[in-house]
Amino acid sequence: MAWVNAIIQGVLTGGLYALFACGLSLMFGVMKVVNLAHGDLAVVAGYLAIGVIAVTHIPVLWSFVIVVPLMAALGYALQRTILQRALDRGALTTLLVTFGLSVVIENALLQFFTANTRGIGTGLALVSGSFSLGSQIQIGYLLVVIFAVAVVVLLGLQYFLSKSRYGRLIRAVADDKEAAQLAGADYRHVFGIAAAVALGTVALGGIAYGMYSQLDPTAGTDTILLFAFAAVVIGGLGSLWGTLLGGVVLGVAQQIGAQINISDEVLAGYIVFLVVLVLRPQGLISRRAGS
Amino acid sequence: MSLVTDTAARPAEDFRVTRSRRNVAWTGAGALIVVVVLAYFPYIVYSGTTAILVQAFIVLTLASMWNLLAGYAGLVSVGQQAFVGLGAYFVLILAIHGTSPFAALPVAAIGCGVAALPLWWLVSRLRSGYFAIATWVLAATVMLIIEKFSSIGGGTGMPLPGLAGFSPALLTAYTYWAGLAVTVLALAAIYLLLRGRLGLVLTAIRDDEVAARSSGARVGLARMLVFVVAGAGCGAAGAVLAISQLQVQPSAVFSVQWTAEMAFATIIGGLGTIEGPILGTAVYMVLQQTLASYNAWYLIILGVVAIAVALFARRGLWGLVDEHLNIRLFPVGYWLRTGGERRGGRRP
Repeated sequence: MAWVNAIIQGVLTGGLYALFACGLSLMFGVMKVVNLAHGDLAVVAGYLAIGVIAVTHIPVLWSFVIVVPLMAALGYALQRTILQRALDRGALTTLLVTFGLSVVIENALLQFFTANTRGIGTGLALVSGSFSLGSQIQIGYLLVVIFAVAVVVLLGLQYFLSKSRYGRLIRAVADDKEAAQLAGADYRHVFGIAAAVALGTVALGGIAYGMYSQLDPTAGTDTILLFAFAAVVIGGLGSLWGTLLGGVVLGVAQQIGAQINISDEVLAGYIVFLVVLVLRPQGLISRRAGS
Repeated sequence: MSLVTDTAARPAEDFRVTRSRRNVAWTGAGALIVVVVLAYFPYIVYSGTTAILVQAFIVLTLASMWNLLAGYAGLVSVGQQAFVGLGAYFVLILAIHGTSPFAALPVAAIGCGVAALPLWWLVSRLRSGYFAIATWVLAATVMLIIEKFSSIGGGTGMPLPGLAGFSPALLTAYTYWAGLAVTVLALAAIYLLLRGRLGLVLTAIRDDEVAARSSGARVGLARMLVFVVAGAGCGAAGAVLAISQLQVQPSAVFSVQWTAEMAFATIIGGLGTIEGPILGTAVYMVLQQTLASYNAWYLIILGVVAIAVALFARRGLWGLVDEHLNIRLFPVGYWLRTGGERRGGRRP
């Protein structure tokens, strides 16, 4: 029964990892930017939520109404200034710049908010509450909500990219930005929109993580970026539903690892990641089959 | 093991190909004098100064290795802390079994070079940005595995045994010389490698990978060699770190901060030149010493400067020096000259 519980918990945390991963996947798919500051931006969103809740006293759950647009605006600005400039100079510069951003953000958070951990909405019934299945399985409401949010975000992204006008533009620019430019699309603006959407999902991931666990400045790289990346690789690069599958596989691997030895949770996830990397470097769902 | 499968010798005509427009012997003599003076330092300066210099040696070795990876082979690794940590742990394990930490240092470097082979096999299937994060995951995995062994300190680490026999003054001096030797050997190794076939192949890959492949350059082998050398170099730096800190702590030696420091020093100094990391390390040390009392600020400032340099002055500080004075201390490229006049040159 403990194993069934581990698998259920793993599947549900997989939703959180997919939420981390979809922004990373989107930015790579559209702009070929591997954003090493991805996780740190999620932590920024989490801290922002804490600040917004403290200042405006809005209900904790509604903090995303303010934080998501803020982060989306930040994403657009970041893309139009620093990232676009880096992209113009090549992939190497883009990597160096996002790595620089990651270190700067992490240390700035450390400097201003100390290394203390903070949670969002602790004490909320949703955060601490759970329901039980049988005698041994306890499922937290929060994880179910996060999983549902992840599925909704992935469905929304899928719909946005395939049906909406901006989605079509984004796909056109991702395919061939010069050709799209010739056809009248300003690819820099489209890149900005894609970055805004990506950072919107990053904000949701950061807030969700702050509720599920504790935020601290190093969580951005140690947890969010590396787990997001592992989920993306396990699932298959460039496939949205592969990302969800990757997140679920990572989550289940971690929970099973924790079941064997509580300190092996993270290691078990990474070992599954490495095994997939060796046996199936194109991911569990390859690009063609996935999207 | 040949890196290039076919090279055609070109007959000498009325032009000359040289390494440098000035005589390199002067640079060599200058470098020798600097090394001799530095080697004499423990006799003339306080131990506080040598401790700072040991730190500079570690950063310089790491930065030079990272420069070899990113600047010459185009491999942006964010997981070089894996080798820093492994180097430190090799020394710790050997010291626990009775070897002197100083004798363990070269073993640690070789061990890290060997360990780089399977790690390369794992990450080499990913390119560019995904390679970067994969090396990061790998470094985290290596740390988590090491932490499982309680006999070498588990998650908390342990003090380095085998150094109790040294008097404090002698230990400081030995540590300093070990750091100096590692740095000089690392720089010399990189210089010689880049002057040889490997340098030629790497330059060809950097200019046009497809063209390099089709002219017979074995791209994968060249990259693997660079990864192994960088692993050994970072391992040696990690070994010096363990000796100078007198203890090994997993979260400290496997910290991504090492990669941040080596990358920032390299970018600020100038990516893709041997002189760049030297200059960058100097900037790094000055900033770090001045801002030492302000916690993380030196890393924030270094990061901001590195981002600005990457965006606006790609060739770094050394690029500026080179542009205005046109000097090269470690020439690894070639100049084509006719009748004593330079007609065209390839920037190294």
